[in-house]
Amino acid sequence: MDTAESSSTLNKIQVQRFKPDDNPDKHYLNEETGLWSWLTTVDHKKIGIMYLASITFFFFIGGLMALLVRTELWTPAKTFIEANTYNQLFTLHGAVMIFLFLVPSVPAALGNFILPLQLGAKDVAFPRLNLLSYYLYLAGSFIAVYAIFSGGIDTGWTFYTPYSSSTGGAVTTMTFGVFVIGFSSILTGVNFITTIHKMRAPGLTWDKLPLFCWGLYATSIIQILATPVLAITLALVAMERILGIGIFDPALGGDPVLYQHFFWFYSHPAVYIMIVPGFGVVSEIISTFSKKHIFGYWAIALSSLAIAFIGFLVWGHHMFVSGQATLASMVFSFLTFLVGIPTGIKMFNWTATLYKGSIKLASPLLYIFGFFFLFLVGGLTGIVLGSIALDVHLHDTYYVVAHFHFVMVGGMVMAFLAGLHYWWPKITGKMYNETMAKIACGIIFVGFNVTFLPQFVMGSQGMPRRYFNYIEQFQPFHQVSTIGSYILGLGFLMVFYYLVKSIYRGKQAPANPWGSRALEWQISAMPPLHNFHHTPVIINGPYDYHKPMEEFQLGLAESGNGHGHDVEVTKEGEDLSAE
Amino acid sequence: MDALNDLFLPPAKSTLASQTDTLFWFVHLSSLALTIGLIAVIVYFVYKYRRKSEDEVTPLITHNNKLEVTWSVIPLILVLIVFGWGYQVFMNQRVVPDDAYEVNVTAQKWIWQFQYENGARTTGELHVPAGRPIKLVMSSNDVIHSFFVPDYRLKQDVVPGRYTEMWFNAPDPGESIVYCTEYCGTDHSNMLANIIVHEQDDFENWLAENAGGASKPDDMPPAEWGKQIAQEYACSTCHSADGSQMVGPTWKGTFGSEEPLADGSTVTVDENYIRESILEPNAKVVEGYPAVMNTYQGQLNDEQINAIIEYIKTLK
Repeated sequence: MDTAESSSTLNKIQVQRFKPDDNPDKHYLNEETGLWSWLTTVDHKKIGIMYLASITFFFFIGGLMALLVRTELWTPAKTFIEANTYNQLFTLHGAVMIFLFLVPSVPAALGNFILPLQLGAKDVAFPRLNLLSYYLYLAGSFIAVYAIFSGGIDTGWTFYTPYSSSTGGAVTTMTFGVFVIGFSSILTGVNFITTIHKMRAPGLTWDKLPLFCWGLYATSIIQILATPVLAITLALVAMERILGIGIFDPALGGDPVLYQHFFWFYSHPAVYIMIVPGFGVVSEIISTFSKKHIFGYWAIALSSLAIAFIGFLVWGHHMFVSGQATLASMVFSFLTFLVGIPTGIKMFNWTATLYKGSIKLASPLLYIFGFFFLFLVGGLTGIVLGSIALDVHLHDTYYVVAHFHFVMVGGMVMAFLAGLHYWWPKITGKMYNETMAKIACGIIFVGFNVTFLPQFVMGSQGMPRRYFNYIEQFQPFHQVSTIGSYILGLGFLMVFYYLVKSIYRGKQAPANPWGSRALEWQISAMPPLHNFHHTPVIINGPYDYHKPMEEFQLGLAESGNGHGHDVEVTKEGEDLSAE
Repeated sequence: MDALNDLFLPPAKSTLASQTDTLFWFVHLSSLALTIGLIAVIVYFVYKYRRKSEDEVTPLITHNNKLEVTWSVIPLILVLIVFGWGYQVFMNQRVVPDDAYEVNVTAQKWIWQFQYENGARTTGELHVPAGRPIKLVMSSNDVIHSFFVPDYRLKQDVVPGRYTEMWFNAPDPGESIVYCTEYCGTDHSNMLANIIVHEQDDFENWLAENAGGASKPDDMPPAEWGKQIAQEYACSTCHSADGSQMVGPTWKGTFGSEEPLADGSTVTVDENYIRESILEPNAKVVEGYPAVMNTYQGQLNDEQINAIIEYIKTLK
């Protein structure tokens, strides 16, 4: 009876091994060429590359503004620009880096390229929607850039009312730009969630899903649920400015603190939009370069979701001194500490993954270790700021500036660079100069610490942020910080130089230069136009380094030519086992 | 420890500041220990388990429930301690003692004004007695500002349309700097004030001398008094007396001159124009300057406005 039943629920499918081609004649870049093929492409890989180019451009624009801000702070009074120019520069630095670089960086650029490859899919679920996301991002960016040239804005990236509803300049234009970019973010989220649910290859069950996909999944949930609130808030600001409807401005009968609630309801989860996909990158790279199964797969996967959900409930920790109720501050502080726990769990799990591994300190892993230290500092200073009494002292000082730069630049940008170095051979088919990559990583790490460690000290001493003039006792700290920022800038330029150079002069990359078991490395060096010539079949997890490489290169046998293995698969597509 | 304290934190000049400092060091030192520990483990692993050959096979270790529960629960306990501790100190900062001495604080771009029980008023200087709880009742005339006293480890946003409060007790006479820490525009970073803590007797004397506030000292010529008011009310933050370019037009040589306005017309700067500009700043804005000045209606009386006009007349 038992045998009869089980045989009725099992189908046998034939699979065969598909060895990746190290040097394919045709790949996604040379099958369709010309400018038009790029502008109208629905290929997730090309869209990913267009995102990559755009965010790189805006990263350097934002970086240039940062250097101007730091240069102005060399002396306590005016160094070379006016106070109003300075105020616009720090505003634009923040707005450009957050909305035009950080939010789309890992999900839209790397995620677009890698996600379908990791799922064994030919593309994302809605390729045209994906292209629309990119054009919305581009349109929003142009509107934002137009705002810069048509009066600029000086509100800080937070657009706090009633200052933002009363100041001059192009606040309405800028918020409209951010509004449009928000839609790009929402559409990407919808696309990724659908893709992860519906487009997984046969056998790719949820417990075999790469952790990068889990990271993107959690991120997409936040993007869909939080971004509309930002859009509504910015629309309300615009209505107040244009129509004079009193919502946030007390002069019109509004409540300025309400704005802060709305704004942080998006902007705190947005912090996780920026960092959670970075966590995914870290998991992939740690496992690959220590050739070892990731430690605590479910703990890492679920902690991303936990962060996504608890992250919605902590926005009030930006408002401990805003005048909100003492009780509210207490609840928000408590929840803030809870969100620290899943983050800590991840750090411990990654460390444990290294135990008894076979660790190769290649440049992607080096960037990850940079991430490790900087993110640890950023995270622990977040614990400091989550404690209400300490936040009362440190709020809106350079301590906060240093904290979120450690998280956003030290954590996120390092993770992004790690991912970029890791997947570069897959994206471009070329190897970069490994020595230069290691040196640049060192320069960035040193430059970053020289820039931001002094800011913790002067923040603790009371140096407020967004100050054009400051009292003389802070000058040594500011000068060290400014020197650090130049070193940091040099490091980023170096990365740009050797990566671009590798496209023209780099060595040909093999299909799987790191010996990874993950699916995106089991296809040709540069992926084919539609990613897979075969339908991949997954029988092992992406971190099963104890199993031989052959078992990771399986696909549905082409019309059963007799060379395949038999694989049993249940009707639900679960529980695969090789025979 | 004292040397560390001096490097990282400003001097502790209120009764509660040391509570914040103890927590500050508890969190930072335990974080430092954790950071060093974790980095040491990583460095050790990276060295010990470095790749010796490309064919190495690693053992399959998927998870370890005991270990994972341990490293979830211990940090949870630690952060709950930090939470409870931080909340307790915060409650001490929030609950104002009953016998606190009240001072009203008004913030506006880019000055701090203080009003005392007997009508005394100061700008940019807060005078308080030592060893007595002081309660500040604060509101803003325009945008959000924030009252930050690093020496007291205290900060509170000052919001238009509502009152916020904070309290402190400075045991010893001395001075402490006040920063505005909520970005409020061009001169945000110049929006400073000083807290001057007097002995109780000195404070009583100071208060008595300044009772009633806005009346002209007997033996002072109007122009000189006007100069004093211009400084107290921070007019000089935006209007220079020496012709240098600031946020607003300079006062040097302005009296009697013809100024082009933003709407294309011109105006002769006379007593009436200056008075109007003080009470209704946006009525006639000089071309090339932002319309950012706030009204001083209700803050300056006629006598004070006259004194400012006299002062401007002397700036040839």
